[in-house]
Amino acid sequence: MAKDLTAVLCENLHEVMKENEKVAIVGADLIKTNGLAPLIKQFPERIVNVGIAEQNMAGVAAGMASYGMIPVINSFAAFATRRICDQIAVSICYANSNVKIIGTDPGITAELNGGTHMTFEDIGVLRSIPNIMILEPSDAEELKQMVPAIFEIEGPVYIRMYRKATPDVHNSDYKFQLGKADVLKTGKDVSIISSGIMVSEAVKAAEELSQKGIEAEVINIHTIKPLDAEAIIKSAQKTGAIVTAENHNILGGLRGAVAEVITENYPVKIYPVGVKDIKGEVGTMPYLRERFGLTSAEIVKAAEKAVKEK
Amino acid sequence: MNAEKRQYLEKKAKEIRKLVIKAIGDAGKGHIGGCLSIADVIAVLYFKELKIDPQNPKMEGRDRVVMSKGHAGPTLYAALALAGYFDQECLKTLNQPRTDLPSHCDMTKTKGIDMTAGSLGQGISCAVGIAQAAKMAGGKEYIYAILGDGESQEGSVWEASMAASHFKLDNLIVFLDYNKLQIDGTVDEVLSLIDPVAKWNAFGFKTISVDGHDVAAIGDAIAWAKEQKDGKPTMIVLNTVKGKGVSFIEAEGPSNHSMSLNAEQVAAALKEIDGEEK
Repeated sequence: MAKDLTAVLCENLHEVMKENEKVAIVGADLIKTNGLAPLIKQFPERIVNVGIAEQNMAGVAAGMASYGMIPVINSFAAFATRRICDQIAVSICYANSNVKIIGTDPGITAELNGGTHMTFEDIGVLRSIPNIMILEPSDAEELKQMVPAIFEIEGPVYIRMYRKATPDVHNSDYKFQLGKADVLKTGKDVSIISSGIMVSEAVKAAEELSQKGIEAEVINIHTIKPLDAEAIIKSAQKTGAIVTAENHNILGGLRGAVAEVITENYPVKIYPVGVKDIKGEVGTMPYLRERFGLTSAEIVKAAEKAVKEK
Repeated sequence: MNAEKRQYLEKKAKEIRKLVIKAIGDAGKGHIGGCLSIADVIAVLYFKELKIDPQNPKMEGRDRVVMSKGHAGPTLYAALALAGYFDQECLKTLNQPRTDLPSHCDMTKTKGIDMTAGSLGQGISCAVGIAQAAKMAGGKEYIYAILGDGESQEGSVWEASMAASHFKLDNLIVFLDYNKLQIDGTVDEVLSLIDPVAKWNAFGFKTISVDGHDVAAIGDAIAWAKEQKDGKPTMIVLNTVKGKGVSFIEAEGPSNHSMSLNAEQVAAALKEIDGEEK
């Protein structure tokens, strides 16, 4: 049984904090919800809980960073991004503060917290702010390698991540590289470019497509910004059609980022799988996946259409 | 504070005011009212209180200043130039293309600026973060923040204030520039603070209200704050006049928040400030 991603986050933050005493956790009453309770015991002197005050969380972190610390702020994605957008833009990105942001429960993974907590816009909003890296892990192995990597670079980073266990896409041979697209399967007929919880769906879809005689190239975009444009252009040149799959509004997110690269460099049609600019709602994952079309079946459908219309 | 020190600081405050007037005059316009209202506290900080080294702006253990009302950058720039962080000639570049002296404070550009600020209500959170980090590191430095009265209408100011007292940040000294004016009118007309002393007391600060143009009173208030090792952050409410020191600017009222200054007005303003000196 795969581990919850929050457990992977906690274990690897623990390793980082053991090695680097500048790293501190700054939370807003969701430190435990985000699975970081063990860190409170292990590093009590490096935990700052500002209470339910996310704006202050971001500002305090920027101040701490200016003093030389590396704060990790964390909350649900909704409150770690859209709620504090101006603090991220000014006190963190504009000021070039070395703050790492963890936003959990992005998109439909907010599940029973419902529409108020669903971020279908966090990538779109943050992507247009200069000086921030945006990451989304697809499984435990990737998150495990991602956590130490964000402390290797100086400057703002946002990780949007599911809290629970996900199907394994990678094994321990995987070599995560910040900023580099991860080609999970090569193919010649269509490129499926996906991120986060949609990566395992893309892998599943590619298997099904293969049985139907369509060879899809599956690309995992763990680094949404800066986007690995070269890998995307190369794949488009090979396959001539793209499907994007994301747990986010199809406006402004991965599809938007891919489209920006493709229109400028090698125009091919892009078929989006993702939230079609509609509001979130309450439910469990199986229902929400169907409701918002975030399934391998939708990817298969889009890929078949893409190939047919080439 | 002895008479000599007092005269010295009053002279520095006048020099700051004159440099601000010249810089904003060169730029054509700027946030003149709120720059002049805090000249005295900035003089006390930079020429009496702060443990800083203009030759080593990033000195470890230095006291830090966060201009939460970030639009008062020109006052800090004047003080930094006078203190020797950079040449006074640089002040002429205020708001010019590719300047290191933008209207609002930018720590990535300006020597001696400890925190970027401009979007109101954020700087005080950053000051709390710096003070918290200093506590965590066992540092002995003081963190000073200058907060606007209109700025205090931002909710995040109160989030930061709650955190400052909860974290027992007695290394944090906040000044409220209580000039009682903002862009759309008086603070009382727009959204009253009612009683800032009572408010910050209720938020767990030790709070004192002084004449914000009396350098001796400001110095005494800082000394009072530092004397008490009570685990409480300090709020010093500075009763100030927006545009202080130049009568025609003061007379503008709320519209002196941002105003243009032509050469004649600059000359008249400098003359008035100099005249006061005699």
